[in-house]
Order: sequence, then C-alpha cells, then structure tokens
Amino acid sequence: MSKYKMHVLVCGGTGCISSESEKIVKNIQECLIQHKLEEEVQVVQTGCFGFCEKGPIVKVLPDNTFYVQVKPDDAIEIVEEHIVKGRKVDRLLYKDPGSKKAIEDSKHMDFYKKQMRIALRNCGFVNPNNIEEYIARNGYYALGKVLTEMTPEQVIDEIKKSGLRGRGGGGFPTGLKWEFSRKSKSDKKYVVCNADEGDPGAFMDRSILEGDPHSIVEAMAICGYAIGADEGKVYIRAEYPLAIQRLQKAMNDAEEYGFLGDHILGTDFSFHIEIRYGAGAFVCGEETALIHSMEGERGEPTIKPPFPSESGFWGKPTNVNNVETFANIPIILLKGADWFRKIGTKKSPGTKVFALAGKINNVGLIEVPMGTTLREVIFDIGGGIKDGKKFKAVQTGGPSGGCLTEKDLDTPIDFDTLVEKGSMMGSGGMIVMDEDDCMPSVAKFYLEFTEEESCGKCTPCRIGTKRLSELLKKITSGQGTEAHLQELRRLSVVIKETALCGLGQTAPNPVLSTLNNFEEEYIAHVKDHQCPAGQCTALLQYKIDPETCVGCTVCARVCPVNAITGERKKPHSIDQKICIKCGSCYDRCPTHAIEKR
Amino acid sequence: MSASSISDIKLDQEKLHQLDDFIDGMSNQKGELISILHKAQEIFGYLPKELQQHIAKKLNIPVSKVYGVVSFYSFFNMEPKGEHPISVCMGTACYVRGAEKVLNEFKKQLNLEVGETTPDGKFSLLSLRCVGACGLAPVVMVGEKVYGHVTPEMVKEIIKEYK
Amino acid sequence: MSKIKSFEELKQLRKKVLTHMDIREKGDHIEELVEVRVAMATCGIAAGAREVMNIFVNKIADQGLNNIVVTQTDCMGYCYAEPTVEVRVPGKEPVVFGKVDEEKIQKIIDQYIKKGELLDGVIPMTHKEMED
Repeated sequence: MSKYKMHVLVCGGTGCISSESEKIVKNIQECLIQHKLEEEVQVVQTGCFGFCEKGPIVKVLPDNTFYVQVKPDDAIEIVEEHIVKGRKVDRLLYKDPGSKKAIEDSKHMDFYKKQMRIALRNCGFVNPNNIEEYIARNGYYALGKVLTEMTPEQVIDEIKKSGLRGRGGGGFPTGLKWEFSRKSKSDKKYVVCNADEGDPGAFMDRSILEGDPHSIVEAMAICGYAIGADEGKVYIRAEYPLAIQRLQKAMNDAEEYGFLGDHILGTDFSFHIEIRYGAGAFVCGEETALIHSMEGERGEPTIKPPFPSESGFWGKPTNVNNVETFANIPIILLKGADWFRKIGTKKSPGTKVFALAGKINNVGLIEVPMGTTLREVIFDIGGGIKDGKKFKAVQTGGPSGGCLTEKDLDTPIDFDTLVEKGSMMGSGGMIVMDEDDCMPSVAKFYLEFTEEESCGKCTPCRIGTKRLSELLKKITSGQGTEAHLQELRRLSVVIKETALCGLGQTAPNPVLSTLNNFEEEYIAHVKDHQCPAGQCTALLQYKIDPETCVGCTVCARVCPVNAITGERKKPHSIDQKICIKCGSCYDRCPTHAIEKR
Repeated sequence: MSASSISDIKLDQEKLHQLDDFIDGMSNQKGELISILHKAQEIFGYLPKELQQHIAKKLNIPVSKVYGVVSFYSFFNMEPKGEHPISVCMGTACYVRGAEKVLNEFKKQLNLEVGETTPDGKFSLLSLRCVGACGLAPVVMVGEKVYGHVTPEMVKEIIKEYK
Repeated sequence: MSKIKSFEELKQLRKKVLTHMDIREKGDHIEELVEVRVAMATCGIAAGAREVMNIFVNKIADQGLNNIVVTQTDCMGYCYAEPTVEVRVPGKEPVVFGKVDEEKIQKIIDQYIKKGELLDGVIPMTHKEMED
C-alpha cells in the first residue's frame, strides 16, 4: 500500500460544484499522473468548507494551505509549483482584507478563528462518499458503544444531560422529545429526520448531508435504539439532488458494513432507513405537516396534541429531529454530556451553524458556540459589510424571524436571547442588510413568501398573510397611510394569536420587528411618500443635477419613454410626468449627474 | 405544438407503461402518491390533467385528491416546461443582492411572465426558492447549469448561449 | 453478510484506517507539531529531495511518530548543501540541516527531534539572520 505524503482537498459542495470544482479535481489528478505523483498525493472531494464567498476552495495538507477562487486551469500551477516544487501559489492564497497580506494557513483566517466546528466537524475534512474516512474519525463508534454498553434509558439520560436543543428552530430539548417517544407504547415507532430545509437563504442541512451524511445515518440509528424504533425516514427536499445522492450512498455503505439492517454489530437491534422526497412546501418543516406529506397527502399541519411522539407517521409514535440536531448526537455520546455542556451558554449548550448571506463580505456556512455575539459573527467572521457600506439590520430565523439592529450587535446569541429581541433562531439563516435595503420592502418580501406558502387550512394565516402583504404593497408603492400602519400591527397580533401552526403564528414577525425597529422608515413611506433607502421605485424621483451634467445626451437616448430632453452640451432635465422610473439613465450616466431620491 | 386546453392530450403509451410498472412494483401503494407523482414528472416532464386522471384511476382514488396534492407542492408542474427552463433564485440571499432586477431583465428580454413559456417552446421563466448556493448570489439556473453573481447586464449573454 | 459483525471488529477497522487520515489530522493542528520542511526546488529535487521526503515519511510512519509532520518548501538558497531540510520544533528557532541522507535523517529524528541535541551538518544561519 502506498503512503500518501500530501492530501489535496477540493470542495464538492453544491456552491463550489456550480463553479466547476469537479473539473478542478479531474485536472489535478491528471496533472499528478503526468508528474508520476498519483501514488504520493491523494486528491479528495470533500463537503463544504463553509467559505462559499470565495469558492471553489482547494486545501493542501499537511501544510494547511488554503487556496480560494480556484479555476480548473489553476490545477496545473498548484501541482507544478506547490506539490512538485514546494512553492505556494501566491495569487490563489486568501488575502486578508485589512492588511492585504496573503494568509497561507486557513487557521489564521479571521473567518475560521472564532469558529468551533462540532456539527460541521467532518464537513470539508472527509470524503463523504468514503465510509472508512468517517470510521477513521471515530464514526459509528458511538453507535457501537451505545448498542453494547448502554441501555436506551442511559442514552436518553445522556442526551438530556447534555442540554441539546432542537436546531431546526424551536429549540425544544432533544432528550425530552426522545423520552416522550420512548414512553409511548406501540408495536411500531419511527425516527424521522427533517431535511426539508425551507428557509430561503439557509443551507446548513444540505451542507451537512452533502459533507457528512454518515453522521446522520449513525445518529438516526442511535435514536432508533433509544426510543425503540426499527425504521427511519429522511424527509428531504427533492431540490437537493447532490445531498440525496450522497445520503443514499452513505446508507448503502452503512448497510454493507453492518451499521444498518438486521442485527447491527451482532446485537439484537435492527434499523432500516428510507428516503422520502419533499416536493417544495415551506410548511412541511412543521412536524405534523411533514408527517402528512410523508403519508402522500397535502402537507397541512394538525393541532398538537397529539404530538408526533404519541401519534405520528401512520398514527404511530414518531420522533422528528432536524439534520443539525442529529449531527450533534454521535459526538455528544463519544465525548460525554459534560463536555458538551461546557460549550455555549447555560440554557443553550453547544454550537449553532449559521448560513451567513446577504450584504456581507464572507458569505458562507459558519459554526460558533452559542453566546457568540452578532458583532463577532458579522464583523469578525463575516468580514463586515460589503463595499464598505453601513450595517443596517440582520434578519435571523427566516420568514418566521425578525430583524435585529445595531443596538443588538453585542447580544450573545442563543435560543432565548433572540426571542427576547423579537426574533428567533430558526434554522440559522442570517441575512445581513445594509443602508440600501428598505425595511418595509424586506417585510413585503417575507410576507409574499408566507402568503404563497400558507397551506390554506386556517383562516388567520390564509387570509391574514394576504392582507398583510397587500398592506405592505400599498405602503411600498406610495399608497400607504398612517392608518395602514396601525392596521398592520393589529392584524399581526391577531394572526400570531389565532393561527393554527408555527408557520402562521410566526408569519407576522418580520412585519412586527421591522415596525418596532424602523418605525420612522415606515412613516417616511406613508407620510412623506419617500423611501429613505431609495429602493421603492414608485416613491423615487430621478433628477439631473445641472452642475454635473455635461449634456452628452446618453440619458436622453436610453430613456425608453423619451422623458428626458435637453440640447447637446447643455444640462438635460427629466419630465416627472412621463418618467417611469426604470433607472436606465441613472445606470448609464457617465458623470453620475442623475440623483435618485 | 397545438396542445389546446380544451382537447385532451394524448399520453405517450410507452411512458404510461413505464409509470404503471413503477406503481405496480410498489409494495405499499398507500401513502406513495407523492413518490408516484415525482416519478410521473420525471418521465413526462410535467403532470397534465390527463396524467393525473390516469394516476387516480390506477390508484383507485378521486382525481380531486391527486389534483389537491399536485397543486399543493411547488415542485410539481401542470404545464410543460420549455426546452431551457430558466430559474431565477428568489431566496432571501439572492433577493437582497438584486435578484429582482435580474428577474425583471429576463422578463423584458424574453417577454415572459414567471411561469410562462416562449411560443417556440425554447425558454420558460421560473422563480425558485433558494438553491443553496448563496455564496454565488444572485443565482440563475438554466437547466442544470448554475450561473453565479448574475447582473442584469449578463442576462442577454446568458440567453444568447441557448439561442 | 455485513462486513462488521461486532463492536470489537469496528474498533479493529478503525485502528487500521486511522492512518489514512493522519496527514489531514496533523494539518489540523500543525503548529503543535514538529514540522520537517524539505526544500523542493529544482536543485533540491536533483540532489534527491523527493527521496529524502519519502524516507522521512516512511520512518515516521514505521516508528509511529505522531508528533512529526513532513511538508515541503521551495528553495532555501543553500544549493551547495542540498538536499536540505528545515526542522521547526514548536517554541524553538528553526534549524536547517544540509546534505541530508538516510543516516542523517535517523540522527535528526533520534538526536535533534527526540532529545533536542544539536548535531553536525547544521547550516549556521537561522531565518532571522537571513532576513536582516
């Protein structure tokens, strides 16, 4: 057997594959063969490294060199310079945005310094298609330990003691949930993994399934043992083909190795997993709706109780946990509840994965201990706001959450503090907004989403979200009045109190939190008919500054409705009655003489 | 292309057989409606009225139930897609990085609204919720190919590639 | 029939595959390890640097020296003394050894890395002085 001297890891997450990372792998391999180094250097396609902003990522080990934005053609240089001659390819190294210096070792990047990877421990480290790499990282060891050395009650106790809370949004104690399912008497029980990541802008579940599918398989088997179930289902979005493919491969390999199937590791415990496809419905993230969808029905929620732990899939006790929650299970059982409790805050132990996106420099997937402040996440790890703009707000919890502002930046993040601040953890989507984002428009965006995704079963949600979204449409198009603002508030409260399920009850959150934090911006829309952020087209006026205009006539020529007139080499002007506010002149003016306000 | 909405569409017999074989091969047809619809859409590309009727008959359930499920989930289409389906991601990350402007440019260039297909059947315009490539926002997918950091200026060039 | 039939068998398999990930695990906390950097410029390669690297890697693996990691670097400028290696023990100044061969490699491991004794063949120049 050959001994590899170097490993080259290439990111194979959806984002990087979109940027041709598979071709990078192929080119590196071909180039290694040319140099007869294929026996010495192992090329591995891994899951997501998290640093999606600068993908595709290539990491060379053991020297820990981190190359960013690699193109397939760069493969030759990486092999011939770095691997053959030991010279790092300077132009592909990550440059610190402050000092502009190249950083050779990923450990010294601000992006990674404050992170702590537990759920993502294997993402960007192992080849997700290779079960032996997972085993080398202590994979399936927790399952072996649980099956041979622990009773189901001891497993549940350990999880309870760890304080792990559901990472899908609600933050319900996982151990308690398991205990309820364990105590329900039935001839048949189910373990369900909720991988129906519906929050637009969150991609942690997908990344875990793509980068470390075995951890989910192992955790589901452990859960099966703990609650007394012999069947598991993964409910996954059909829009995630790569995650499905890797999970299926992991399940097949696990069965071949004896970690799934009958008499696992020679014990009496048997467990089988099957994949069920979602079909695109946000409400199916709610566990009762998810279960109906798995039964082939419309994914409509039902009133709890009965909870799924008593009566779930086909009326049998069913334990539903989210992907990230499961990813924490094996390592808790390996390292112990006490180890886990030391991380994070008292009421929310452990870490949380966030998908950082929006107007932030380092878009990507990060994992930090609970209790890290928003400032650390956005400015230290996230590298601050794009293009040097001013931070305005960060939306957490997706369409069910709210936005947090400047004054909340130093709040330590955990399940409870976010709720206190009028938002919620949700699945961990974090969308950063800058001074150019109009908050009423953001609220409208989310309400259009929930309006479309409302299943229609209960009236407050079906009609209420539609009315909210109509009101917001009026406000952002200049037809709003101050009475509308009161109506927004009143209706929001009614929906919160009367909707049937979590989707409806949280749908008004984006409205309420923007109203509370940015009331003056709403007032500017309805009273002065102005959009301070300059986003609401209907409220904008384009004007030409006669001082700066050189009379080049470009604007007059691009204007689709001939609203701009003026003589050559003399200042032009816009007829507001004709202008349709398309912004073409604004985009093209070579001297930036056109103002938008 | 003369598939008017009034006259019934003739379903391809060979494809129907393929679907029937799939359904017959299932041990427990109860609760498998969504899996069957996934398969049907994979084979036919979309789920026309006639196909829904066929599935209802085959499973011995009311057509209303099939339609109820098909119309509930955004993944299922009742209209055929164009040869090159263009999907603009309207997830939050893409939205705040300007996806709406990109979508509007596609509408303008193709003279289509979301959900419509060009008369020559070449392009259809769709919006979708997050492909999870938020690092590349705004994202557009044409078929399987992903375009990242799309600006309205790039729209013309992207369409040109498929003309 | 499944490949692994008991927890014991899983433990054995784990032991066997553990070394596959060595390089990645070491890279993960390289600053705590003794790093042996082999100079891999053209003259170094011509003088047998790749061979030196292989010997190092094999010896480390055979002797189970988990605290040593072998990396490569470019020309260090001591062409007369190739092949050269630079050894970085955490908390100490890097030391460069010239004209490295198999015998010397064993000495570097036994005397310098394990016991901290200096030996012949050190190129009397630390990085600091070079940069000055």
